Amino acid sequence: MREVAIIGIGQTKFGELWDLSFREIGIQAGLAAVYDANVASEDIEALYVGNMSAGRFIDQEHVAALIADYSGLARDHVPATRVEAAGASGAIAIRQGYFDVASGLHDIVVVGGAEKMTDLPDAAGAAIQDSAADQQWECVFGATFPALHAMIARRHMLEFGTTREQIASVAVKNHKHGSLNPKAQFQKEIKLETVLNSAKVAEPLTMFDCAPLSDGGAAVVMCAMEKARKYTDSPVKILASSQSSDTLALHHRRTITSFQATREAMKKLTRRSGVEVSQIDLAEVHDDFTISELLALEDIGFFKPGEAGKATVDGQTQIGGRVAVNTSGGLKARGDPIGATGVAQIVELVTQLRGEAGKRQVSDAKFGLAQSVGGTGSTVVMHLLGVA
Amino acid sequence: MDVGIVSYGAYIPRYRIAPKEIGRVWGSDGEAMGKNLMIFSKSVPSPDEDVITISVAAARSMMKRTDVNPRDIGALYVGSESHPYAVKPTGSIVAEAIEASPEITVADYEFACKAGTAAIQTCMGLVGSGMVKYGVAIGADTSQGAPGDALEYSASAGGAAFLIGSEKIIAKLNLTYSYTTDTPDFWRREGQPYPSHGGRFTGEPAYFKHMTACALGTMKKAGTKPTDYKYAIFHQPNGKFPSRVAKQLGFTDEQIKTGLLTPYIGNTYSGAVPLGLSAVLDEAKPGDRIFAIAYGSGAGADGFDIIVTNEITNYKRENAPSVKSMIDNNKFIDYATYAKYRGKIRMKEGTE
Repeated sequence: MREVAIIGIGQTKFGELWDLSFREIGIQAGLAAVYDANVASEDIEALYVGNMSAGRFIDQEHVAALIADYSGLARDHVPATRVEAAGASGAIAIRQGYFDVASGLHDIVVVGGAEKMTDLPDAAGAAIQDSAADQQWECVFGATFPALHAMIARRHMLEFGTTREQIASVAVKNHKHGSLNPKAQFQKEIKLETVLNSAKVAEPLTMFDCAPLSDGGAAVVMCAMEKARKYTDSPVKILASSQSSDTLALHHRRTITSFQATREAMKKLTRRSGVEVSQIDLAEVHDDFTISELLALEDIGFFKPGEAGKATVDGQTQIGGRVAVNTSGGLKARGDPIGATGVAQIVELVTQLRGEAGKRQVSDAKFGLAQSVGGTGSTVVMHLLGVA
Repeated sequence: MDVGIVSYGAYIPRYRIAPKEIGRVWGSDGEAMGKNLMIFSKSVPSPDEDVITISVAAARSMMKRTDVNPRDIGALYVGSESHPYAVKPTGSIVAEAIEASPEITVADYEFACKAGTAAIQTCMGLVGSGMVKYGVAIGADTSQGAPGDALEYSASAGGAAFLIGSEKIIAKLNLTYSYTTDTPDFWRREGQPYPSHGGRFTGEPAYFKHMTACALGTMKKAGTKPTDYKYAIFHQPNGKFPSRVAKQLGFTDEQIKTGLLTPYIGNTYSGAVPLGLSAVLDEAKPGDRIFAIAYGSGAGADGFDIIVTNEITNYKRENAPSVKSMIDNNKFIDYATYAKYRGKIRMKEGTE
């Protein structure tokens, strides 16, 4: 296996991008990454696109070919592949690109992710998100994605004494980080009371506990480490990639207050990278709901089970805290255009590890971790990045 | 030739329902919904009321306040998105009811919520060109909101009629300016009982973009600024949107207060700006300048720069009910009665 570097990153603003189509979003992000990497289009050997459900959001399947066509890569007949794993679609696309380069098959690969979610009414968009859960054994009986996470939250409160305020403080922290990110959907700080008093979605979760529906795209350019310095002075290395699965339906698990897939993926990530959790400076985790961030922090091992809530309230997960979590604002504030999310996490880590994050820069950042989740922990993809 | 409003009349159904009561039925926090939309109650038409009866009531009030011979009315247009007939005009019935037929041109208009103001513009042209002596422009709706949908908290009923002419005008229509693009934020296809809407898309790229562009265009054309106006009326799908657009443009709460009726009667769609303008004319004095911007989804906005004349002192406003008296004369009903009145209960054939 060869070492793999990221030499270029690009991201559109996330949010309600009503004046941009899906293809424009994909191309904007892709071109930004290609310009950043300073590579020529004829150098690009493969394209991977993370996308959850363009077929249902905009009636367009075959989106990898679409992006290849409109970005000019189809002219060179570059292989273009769309990857889907619900919320983890973008992260798995990253993993496919990593395999390509690490295996020696290709030297330069572009990985992008995009989703256009706001062309549909809100309820229709939410129903598409629900399709990441088990349609036959969960959704048919009335479970929605927020409802499943509400059950997780209630159980976490019961087992560990986690408080409603601790869960809500995740949103406050991520909005604070989002306010420092010019690409974030929400760049506004919020108060704890705002989270607690906003419209109920599925008790105890309110509107401000849930990531929004978003449009957006993100992309990176990967290169074999041995050739990376030809293009950039600040390559960021992918130190390890891991992936784990779990049952599709939540009720088939022995516990719902922990995602075993995250724990397993973290074990593999540690083994492959040789980097201990205590060495990690920052993490982008999958906070599709506030409770999800607490689970992620405990399953990764930043905090013991039941202690992530208190740690969040104590500021240990803020920029400047013990580990800076979701410096981009996370899914909650940066936005969650599903297919783009896993790629945007990598874009944020690279920005931080290059020292280019401006007001939200984590000082002296050496190691950054990304955790991306499909469904209710049914697919978990993790990457560890480090300064080369 | 000066063209303006010679007379006007309004009608608001008496029944009201509160957002809390709607929310009670659907398991939503209706009170919070109402607070968020700035709607405390909405008007509900009774079972024997529709756009035709509302238009007739408004037009008859309009005629009661003037000595104009109805035979001198050469045109009548009714703007609505809830005409009772898909084919067969509302306007012909209204023309008969005010004894303005048969030597008159009549048509029904539709442009979501701004068809009534489009009718005013048409009458301005016809009167200004001398093609007709008087024209009647009506905006009225019994708007539809699907049960349980966000629209159900706002969709209401009401309308107003304006007699446009060049003699004895109580308010001069200085100029009008329109801003239109193809922006599908809200629609109802043929045969569908309830409209569809683009959720949050109905805000920034639709309402706010068109309202702002039209307001700025109207003021530019008129050479005016917000402080030149005593009153301002903005299309009001809820209480929040017009308040926000007014603030963004530099108008004060004091300027929009009189013409902002949605908090009490809901969104009367094509009736909204016409009713707001009627409420302003109910209290306006000579020399008062009025700014009005109507919005119709789909999307477009019509702007008006209006100056009240001395003639309003001779005008017999008291011959017909004021908007305020109709807002105050209300009776609250529960959701079951509302469902019955709005035909939302499935009946046995032949018993409706």
